[in-house]
Amino acid sequence: MPAPGCALELLGITCTFASAGGGPSYTAVADTTLRVGAGEFVSVVGPTGCGKSTLLNVGAGLLAPSRGEVRVFGEPLRGLNRRAGYMFQAEALLPWRSALDNVMLGLQYRGVPDAQARAQAQDWLARVGLAGFGDRYPHQLSGGMRKRTALAQTLALDPDIILMDEPFSALDIQTRQLMEDEVLELWAAKRKAVLFITHDLDEAIAMSDRVVVLSAGPATRPIGEFAIDLPRPRNVADVRSTPRFVELHRQLWDVLREEVLKGYRQQLGKAA
Amino acid sequence: MTMWQRIKPGTGNLRLWQLGVLLVVLAAWQFASRDAQIAFFMGEPVQVAGRVWSWFLPWGMAPNALFPDGIAGNADIYLHLGITLLETFLAFGIGTVLGLLCGLWLALAPLASAIFDPYIKAANAMPRVILAPIFALWFGLGIWSKVALAVTLVFFIVFFNVYQGVREVSPVVLANARMLGANRRQLLRTVYLPSATAWVFSSLHTSVGLAFVGAVVGEYLGSARGVGYLILQAEGTFDVNTVFAGIVVLTAFALLLDGLVGRVERRLMKWQPRQGETEKL
Repeated sequence: MPAPGCALELLGITCTFASAGGGPSYTAVADTTLRVGAGEFVSVVGPTGCGKSTLLNVGAGLLAPSRGEVRVFGEPLRGLNRRAGYMFQAEALLPWRSALDNVMLGLQYRGVPDAQARAQAQDWLARVGLAGFGDRYPHQLSGGMRKRTALAQTLALDPDIILMDEPFSALDIQTRQLMEDEVLELWAAKRKAVLFITHDLDEAIAMSDRVVVLSAGPATRPIGEFAIDLPRPRNVADVRSTPRFVELHRQLWDVLREEVLKGYRQQLGKAA
Repeated sequence: MTMWQRIKPGTGNLRLWQLGVLLVVLAAWQFASRDAQIAFFMGEPVQVAGRVWSWFLPWGMAPNALFPDGIAGNADIYLHLGITLLETFLAFGIGTVLGLLCGLWLALAPLASAIFDPYIKAANAMPRVILAPIFALWFGLGIWSKVALAVTLVFFIVFFNVYQGVREVSPVVLANARMLGANRRQLLRTVYLPSATAWVFSSLHTSVGLAFVGAVVGEYLGSARGVGYLILQAEGTFDVNTVFAGIVVLTAFALLLDGLVGRVERRLMKWQPRQGETEKL
């Protein structure tokens, strides 16, 4: 691990959901252990519907695991993870607040005086390339701009751990690569621990220090772990054509392919 | 271009056609009222207009062909109109605040909501106009019995909308606010309340209209002032022209209130996407 100590540890996590109709319960995640070092960028890939988001919610403290323990910088987690920032997959901005007011939100919750919060928010908006868009409401922004605002909103609190749940999955490929590069740049400057969930293998390899592959659900668990030794700083578009990337991609895909197919079969079985 | 093509209804001359419909109806009504029997039951548009004139304007008119008795310039409706509007605004304000508070409370306290659910359903299903006699008994014949009646109408509209609004806050938005460090009070102020307000605004047209209805109906059922009272008095003396004049005035002011609400709504709800609105870059 690049930095000493662990920022986030998920130890032996099992999440079992009771079904609403009193039917059989569903185990989304089974006995999963996952560690993110301080300053480390870890991606988790897995087939769709395998419980990646469940794992992230456990790390955020939004969801209590049925079994297992979460440790944040060595301390057992109780309630919400106050040292983590969470960037959601779905739209999470408040539609009735302008971009600037949205970025200010966390600072206001912390009791930062308005003028100061505003200045910091302006600064963050500029850093994600949205200077001059502060007075727009979310519906007046494009999908990419909304994601940038959400990124600024999360990072404005300067969290020690950043949790990202497929944050760019709704973006077109060009916007996506731009945002990936920007996230890497911001991350390189501050070196926070990142737990990044994605279903996109390319994205995972291009951005991470380490990629964890999850099995298809139910009872998802890690089935492979790969250290990504590509040199930094990286450009996500350029790095894809290097031989080492291609090799890593092949290794990872060998592990993931079987799980993806299994996942499809299960979903088809459920639909039938 | 033929004559028909030029006057055919279209987007350009829509206003003219709308006006035309009104004029045709008024003309037909005026023509029909030349029969004394019909005039007794249906009134006469010209006399209705004369009544509105004498209500609003301080200048009279000498007897002439249209008005054989002339028109007195009484300008005496303002007190009544003011009372009715005051009742409307009070009922709207009180009903909205009560609805907002109760809606927020019940939406955030599932247990209380489960307990009160059947009673709320029953209270909403009850034809609340029949409460008017009870309110008259409790609050007398002054404005407060009318306000109380209109509040019962406004309250449920706002209540159900707020309840819905709080329930439909996106769980992701909520989780996001919590992850950003919001405590319960901050969640209420920055997430639940704005979301509920949006729903209140979507029902504002209905609730202002109902506040007006409640006030007028209350007056009509027993009062000493207000436009509803004027209508009641006129009805007692078979003065159908004054009844119609009262209806015209009420309609005009209902439209005015609705327009006012529309303006406030556009100003406060500018964060909401409107249909077909393009991005202004």
